[in-house]
Amino acid sequence: MGKVLSFLTATRGKNGKLHWTDWVSYGYLTLGVFLMFGPVLWLVISSFKTEADLQRFPPTLLPYAQETVQVDGYDNPLPLFLMTGGDYEGQTLAQLRRVGSQAQMVDPANPDERLRVNIANREPVEKLHLATENYTELFERFNFLRFFWNSTFITVTATAIMLLVNSMAAFALSKYEFRGRMTVLLMVIGTLMIPQTVVLVPLFLIVTELGMFNSLWGVIIPGAATPTGVFLLRQYMITIPDEILDAARMDKASEWKIFWRIIVPLSAPAIAVLAILAIMWRWNDFLWPLIVLTQSENFTLQLALNSFQGELQTDWQSLLAMTVLTLLPISAVFMFLQKYIATGIASTGGK
Amino acid sequence: MLSIISPIMRIVEIPMLALQRLLGINKLAWVFLLPNLILFGLFAFLPVILNIFYATTGGDNVLLADRPYVGARNFGTLTDCSNFLDPNSCREDKFWRAVWNTVWFVTLQVGFMVGFSLLTAIILNRDIRARGFFRSVFFFPVLLSPVVVALVWKWILQREGVLNAFLDWTGVGGINWLVSADWAFGWSVFISVWAHMGFYTLILLAGLQAIPRDVYEAALMDRSSPWRTFRRITLPLLSPTMLVVLVLAMIKGVQTFDEVYAFTGGGPGTATTFIIQYIYEEGFAGAPRLFGLSAAASLLVAGVLVLLTLVQLWANRSNVDG
Repeated sequence: MGKVLSFLTATRGKNGKLHWTDWVSYGYLTLGVFLMFGPVLWLVISSFKTEADLQRFPPTLLPYAQETVQVDGYDNPLPLFLMTGGDYEGQTLAQLRRVGSQAQMVDPANPDERLRVNIANREPVEKLHLATENYTELFERFNFLRFFWNSTFITVTATAIMLLVNSMAAFALSKYEFRGRMTVLLMVIGTLMIPQTVVLVPLFLIVTELGMFNSLWGVIIPGAATPTGVFLLRQYMITIPDEILDAARMDKASEWKIFWRIIVPLSAPAIAVLAILAIMWRWNDFLWPLIVLTQSENFTLQLALNSFQGELQTDWQSLLAMTVLTLLPISAVFMFLQKYIATGIASTGGK
Repeated sequence: MLSIISPIMRIVEIPMLALQRLLGINKLAWVFLLPNLILFGLFAFLPVILNIFYATTGGDNVLLADRPYVGARNFGTLTDCSNFLDPNSCREDKFWRAVWNTVWFVTLQVGFMVGFSLLTAIILNRDIRARGFFRSVFFFPVLLSPVVVALVWKWILQREGVLNAFLDWTGVGGINWLVSADWAFGWSVFISVWAHMGFYTLILLAGLQAIPRDVYEAALMDRSSPWRTFRRITLPLLSPTMLVVLVLAMIKGVQTFDEVYAFTGGGPGTATTFIIQYIYEEGFAGAPRLFGLSAAASLLVAGVLVLLTLVQLWANRSNVDG
């Protein structure tokens, strides 16, 4: 608490007072926390609500569910109501059935006697309840594990291929003097101008001709070489002193060994940054998978989410739970690596 | 992990060593470059060339050999307009709606985004406690996938969502946000700014932190007012970064598709259909797959993007030393 207090009363002026601009700044930042985290938090909370609770308007902040009770002589648990008026005021009754504005109720302590009440005179008894069944149902009703596996497979494989291919190219462009180096560099810059979005049709033909239509490889391979990756790694590898390479060559190390045993370990920070970026790009990829993967068993999580939001207009509880599971891995990566992500993105200038 | 990779790398070393003996060290560079160049060639350069073939042929067959040559007819169809400002007067009205939607979208989105990113970066650059925490707060939505962003906001904006509940409570009354064309467009701009501004904040913050402290100290000595310091020192010294951010935001803005498509599906009507969605729908979503129109439209987009990218490279030239 003391920490929070000293944080909130951080001083700028000499007399320990906050300047009004500090108040405005902290106000703005607090609003930012609310606006940036709030919507996602609301989604996560909502994903733990039961179907009935989700349809409530206005919604409650926390997930509630109506309490039920098992009454002798009835198979299913009955919903509980607190009577707020009429003959039975103050009593807690269980509902058998409702007909119009009348309901047949029963006292759980005295199950034989049926009571007829007006529904205006009662309020449901509620308790906090985490509807974890929203999540367990995902695994039963949908091919959720399949989508999760597809996404994971694409992300992991594409990242691995990209790191290898891009670091090999970066090594060649940073540590060798050869004719045509400038041309290759210009070519790499050239590819910056060709985002996937403008070559969708021919890319589709090429991927189809290579037999990768409706295959996870059709998503993995076309994006495996990125100009951003080559640049990022090259800029880092240039800073590795040539003397280390010369020393290794004296010891008769092959070029491949130099690459694998010296350059790659020494470039680990840059490779890590690129790996994080690649994981993010792949996991969140949407347009290209949407074109290549048309059969639902090949869907990635993003595609599944998108197609379900069309099909399951009213089935928000499955949709919300699925959304939470989709954003979970990336959020976990964010929690642990946010410092590196920030520096990585700032250094590449993004893609 | 390493125990799987190491043996593979040792096996790869055998042919690589043979190639090294055969070619010599400097030519071996091409071997290292080869996989990357093949991928670039196959999935970046070849498509650009093929795109021209697609744009000049008709029909709905994906195989180029089965496509009849039509010359510039696809471009003619796209630009057959009596008044370019009025999509209703165009033969391919959906294209022009998408174009104008995109123009409006990019203008608004880039304007708001750069404005808020700059404001946030300036505030984060002050003597702020827990700067790292606040910085990552604004960055968090950047990591979310477009579909997740769309669903998060759809859930808030739905007819019986939390925003309408709040408006009901204040007495303003709820609005069916995504059914109204103007609101849907406005919210598309909003979620796009929400999702991406952290990224630009980060770049601008790095730019602000690169401005030397002593310049500000000198300004303080000269009793320059904060506003004057900002206008005369911060803005000019930040302008290279601003230019990079502006162009980058425009390049990405023109390519907006994912989150808006998942958010509104382009609707209501065509209110939030942007140019990439037009390309996608002409080529891949509709029943006659009009690859020709799709490719022609994407060539037009590519032209805009090449221009913007050249500006970006020029603005960023210090980072590309060749």
